[in-house]
Amino acid sequence: MNQRDQFKPEMHKKLWPRFLAAGMVAIILSCSDYEQTVTTLNQLVIQDEFDTNGAPNSALWGYDIGTGQNGWGNYELQYYTNRPENVTVKDGFLQITAIKESFNGSAYTSARLLTKGKFEQTYGRFEARIKLPWGQGIWPAFWMLGADIDTNPWPGAGEIDIMEFRGQQPTIMLGTVHGPGYSGGQSISKSYELKNDRFDTGFHVFGIEWGKEYVNFYVDNVLYNQITPADVPGEWVFNKPFYILINMAVGGSFVGSPNSETVFPQTMLVDYVRVYK
Amino acid sequence: MKNINSYSLKAAVLLGMIVVFTSGCERNLSGDVEFATYPANPEVFIDGFSGGLNYFPFGGSKLDAFSVDTNVKYLGSASMRFDVPNVGDPSGAYAGAIFPDNGGRDLTGYDALTFWAKASQGATINEIGFGNDFGENKFLVSLNNMSISTGWTKYTIPIPDPTRLIFEKGLFWYAEGPEDGNGYTIWIDELKYEKLGTVAQPRPAMFNGEDKIVQSFIGSNITITGLTQTFNLASGQNQTVTAAPAYFTFKSSNLNAAKVNEQGVISIVGSGTAKITATLAGVAAIGSITIESLGNFVAAPTPTRNAANVISVFSDAYTNIPVDFYNGFFAPFQTTLGGANLNVNGNNIIQYTNLNFVATEFKNPTQNVSQMTHFHVDIQIQEAIVPSDFLSIQLGDFGPDGAFGGGDDSSGTVKFLGSALSSNQWISLDIPLANFALANKNNMAQIFFISADGTSNNTPTISTILVDNMYFYK
Repeated sequence: MNQRDQFKPEMHKKLWPRFLAAGMVAIILSCSDYEQTVTTLNQLVIQDEFDTNGAPNSALWGYDIGTGQNGWGNYELQYYTNRPENVTVKDGFLQITAIKESFNGSAYTSARLLTKGKFEQTYGRFEARIKLPWGQGIWPAFWMLGADIDTNPWPGAGEIDIMEFRGQQPTIMLGTVHGPGYSGGQSISKSYELKNDRFDTGFHVFGIEWGKEYVNFYVDNVLYNQITPADVPGEWVFNKPFYILINMAVGGSFVGSPNSETVFPQTMLVDYVRVYK
Repeated sequence: MKNINSYSLKAAVLLGMIVVFTSGCERNLSGDVEFATYPANPEVFIDGFSGGLNYFPFGGSKLDAFSVDTNVKYLGSASMRFDVPNVGDPSGAYAGAIFPDNGGRDLTGYDALTFWAKASQGATINEIGFGNDFGENKFLVSLNNMSISTGWTKYTIPIPDPTRLIFEKGLFWYAEGPEDGNGYTIWIDELKYEKLGTVAQPRPAMFNGEDKIVQSFIGSNITITGLTQTFNLASGQNQTVTAAPAYFTFKSSNLNAAKVNEQGVISIVGSGTAKITATLAGVAAIGSITIESLGNFVAAPTPTRNAANVISVFSDAYTNIPVDFYNGFFAPFQTTLGGANLNVNGNNIIQYTNLNFVATEFKNPTQNVSQMTHFHVDIQIQEAIVPSDFLSIQLGDFGPDGAFGGGDDSSGTVKFLGSALSSNQWISLDIPLANFALANKNNMAQIFFISADGTSNNTPTISTILVDNMYFYK
């Protein structure tokens, strides 16, 4: 993993406005030996490599069950369970599976895992290696919520979406922060698009490096965004413990409903989750 | 075609050698290895014909439908222009052509044929694709009913399995007729093969994904149809193309009952049940066909009556009258499936299953059978019969107006009870037309087989029958 520390300067392409990018190609090529630091935090705090078959490690992972309020606030269509059909560790992967089935009044089932009360941390490098599902209305995410959410309701508690993905846009993922005054449609977000590749045909590493007054977002070896207090139009709430969530939603306002062409079941494979400081 | 075969073989052998080398020691190929490759030029038409590209319109098409347009283009200096004719255009009924490179190209490095296109009006292009070389068309691909608008749009036609295209001549083809009778113009530009890297989630299918079950006999053949490959594209759209059988690998679960060749033709060779499945590039196709082979087929007796005395509706022994259908699928009460869909060693046979009633109709034109004396049909009931069963044969005449309804139709029925029928052997019926007691016989148009009388206490048990040699005679 040592090689992950230093990477090629893809960051330049991503941070510069698009209209400049074309003109800069020559410069990028001419300085291709330059190495950009994508990650700096390397002291492992926790890791789950998902190497033990069966239910996920209960010391680290809990579950949200059911439909929440208004489909977890997004009019999502699935019923979350912790049944092995929806969540299991097998063949070295955490496997979250969305199934089309009638279940407790919902038309789909899936799973949402979270480390709330089990692992919470302020700052650090949070990353997971994931092969994403696909299709209209499929909405997987690897994300974090402020651990004080029970007393400091969303969006006040803050949310960091390390990876969100619309199954109908197989080449594009998004990294986002939500907080007071910049949540939902006003959240601070940036997408990252793969060229000549897509997120549902292979594994990709999704991560953030989060420190005092910054969150850096990266995919594989590409640092594609940095968000600082200057970028948010409200209070910076990313200075307290957060916990991790991994889930696959079906439908909801972010993606729209599945259609007749959406293939079920859909499985999200998570190779590992690692946290560094 | 000999050359092609030998080239393909040569390439395959060399590829095999490459695999051995690379997997053996993971070193680079030595400079001595001779690659049997063809040009991998991805360009078909950018601003003009790419090297080796030819143009051949289809026979019967508007031969001058294609031109190079230097005024309208998406990029560069020219585009391909296709003028689809109006209905009735004396120069051709439709626009269609192939664009081959007869030297062949190696397209294994690409995953799609892409182009930009627009039209002078919104339209649906019947067929557009590649793999058509006016030869074997072994790896033919068609995108059917491609919707096109008046704005430049990029289209992607995925390659079902690029590894098969080591020597492809048919680089592009299309066929399109008038829209609602009117001709219009299509422009295509930047036509080329690309390695997009985003053509993913292959979902091949046979019989369009249907799991079919059919009964058949030794000696009959069944052609696999509905062969498609579907990919999800970067746009999130699923793109389905019709793919030639050669892209698929077919498999029979029981070679003693049925075999399948690489053209997707199934031969029934013995008794028993065989399930035919397929894979495309290692991915299992959805859909299948399960064949229940009933063994040797005993044909109905071959008719010997003089053709001059016969009006034949369905027989290989005579020239048949025009028939509209052998199963009208009359909704909502009819359950009968099947029709004239069996061919055993060249002998065409009608097979009906789930029979309650079914009609064969021949109204274009109706038939004057007033000079005939009898109706003949050979029937085989493929199941046990109980005495309360029956099978009725009904003839329908459309009357002087020659059309269904109008108050002048007449029909008559002759009923055979189960006690007079036998199972699993041909029953030859010669029924005097007088027994049908028809008011008119000058506009005969329908023959019904009926095994249910529609009453609640009657469940048809005669459900599977074979029918052959339906004719009127004197």
